[in-house]
Amino acid sequence: MFEAIAFYLFAFLTISMFYIAVTTSQALYALSSLAAGMIFISAFFFILGADFLGAVQIVVYSGAVMALYAFGMMFFDTTRDVKEKQGNKAIILGLSVISAALIVVIVSAPIIGSNIEALYPMTEGAGNVKEVGMVLFTKYLVPFEVAAVMLLVAMIAGIVLAGKKMDLSLTLMNEQEILKMREEDKNKKVLS
Amino acid sequence: MEIGLNHYLVLSTILFAIGLVGVMRRKNLLMLFFATEILLNSVNISFAAISHYYGDLTGQMLAFFVIAIAASEVAVGLGLLIVWHKKHNNIDLDSMSTMRG
Repeated sequence: MFEAIAFYLFAFLTISMFYIAVTTSQALYALSSLAAGMIFISAFFFILGADFLGAVQIVVYSGAVMALYAFGMMFFDTTRDVKEKQGNKAIILGLSVISAALIVVIVSAPIIGSNIEALYPMTEGAGNVKEVGMVLFTKYLVPFEVAAVMLLVAMIAGIVLAGKKMDLSLTLMNEQEILKMREEDKNKKVLS
Repeated sequence: MEIGLNHYLVLSTILFAIGLVGVMRRKNLLMLFFATEILLNSVNISFAAISHYYGDLTGQMLAFFVIAIAASEVAVGLGLLIVWHKKHNNIDLDSMSTMRG
C-alpha cells in the first residue's frame, strides 16, 4: 500500500519536474527543476531496494553534474529567454509514432521475457551494497577499470578545452594590458 | 494495489518521451544537454526495476556504467560548449552549420 502511494507520488513529481525542465524558456528554472527531478528519481531506486544506486544518483547527478551545469551557465548569457524551434509537423508525427511503438514494446517485454533466468542472482542475507561490491569487483572488474580510464580522459579533456588562458588573471592586470589582449584576440579572430 | 514491473516500465517510457520532445524542440545546446540527461535517467529507472523484479544484479551494474558515461559526457560536452561560446558568442544549434554542403 505504502509502496503504491510512494510510487504514484514520486511518478507525478518526476514527470511534472521533467516537463517543466523541457518546456520552460528560463534556463535557471530548467536547471533547478532538472536537479529536483534527479533527486525524485533516486526515490524510485530506494523503493526498488537498490540503495547504493540511489545514493550514487544523488551524489553524481544532483551533486556533480548539476554543479558542473551551474558553472557552465556562468559562461553563457542565460538571462535572455531561450528561443525555440518552430514545430515541424513531420518530426512531431514521427516522434509520437516512435513513442507509441515504444510503449507497445515495453508493455509486452515482460511477457516475452517471462522465462529469463537471473545471470547473477542476489545473495541471500547480504545487503545491497555488499552484493553490488561482490558482483562489481568480480564479474564486472574490466568494465569498471575501463570506466575509470574513461573518466580520467574526460577530466583531462575538460581541463584542456575549458582551461585556455586560465593562467591570466583579469583582476591582477591593469587596463592597458587587458585592452591590448582584447585587440590581439580580435586580430586572431579575423585571421582564422 | 500492487506495483509491478509494468508500472515502472510505463513511467520510464513517459520520461523517455518527455526527453525526446525536449531533444526535438530545444535550440539552445545547454537545454539539449538537459534533455539528454532526462533520456539517460529514464533508462536507469527501467534498469533498476528489471533488476529488482528478476532478482538479478546486472541491471544495477548497467545503471552504474550509464551514470559514469553521463558524467564524462557532461564534462567533455561543457568544455566544447565553452570553447564554441568563446569563439562565436552564442550556443544556438542553427549557428553550427559550417559543414553544410
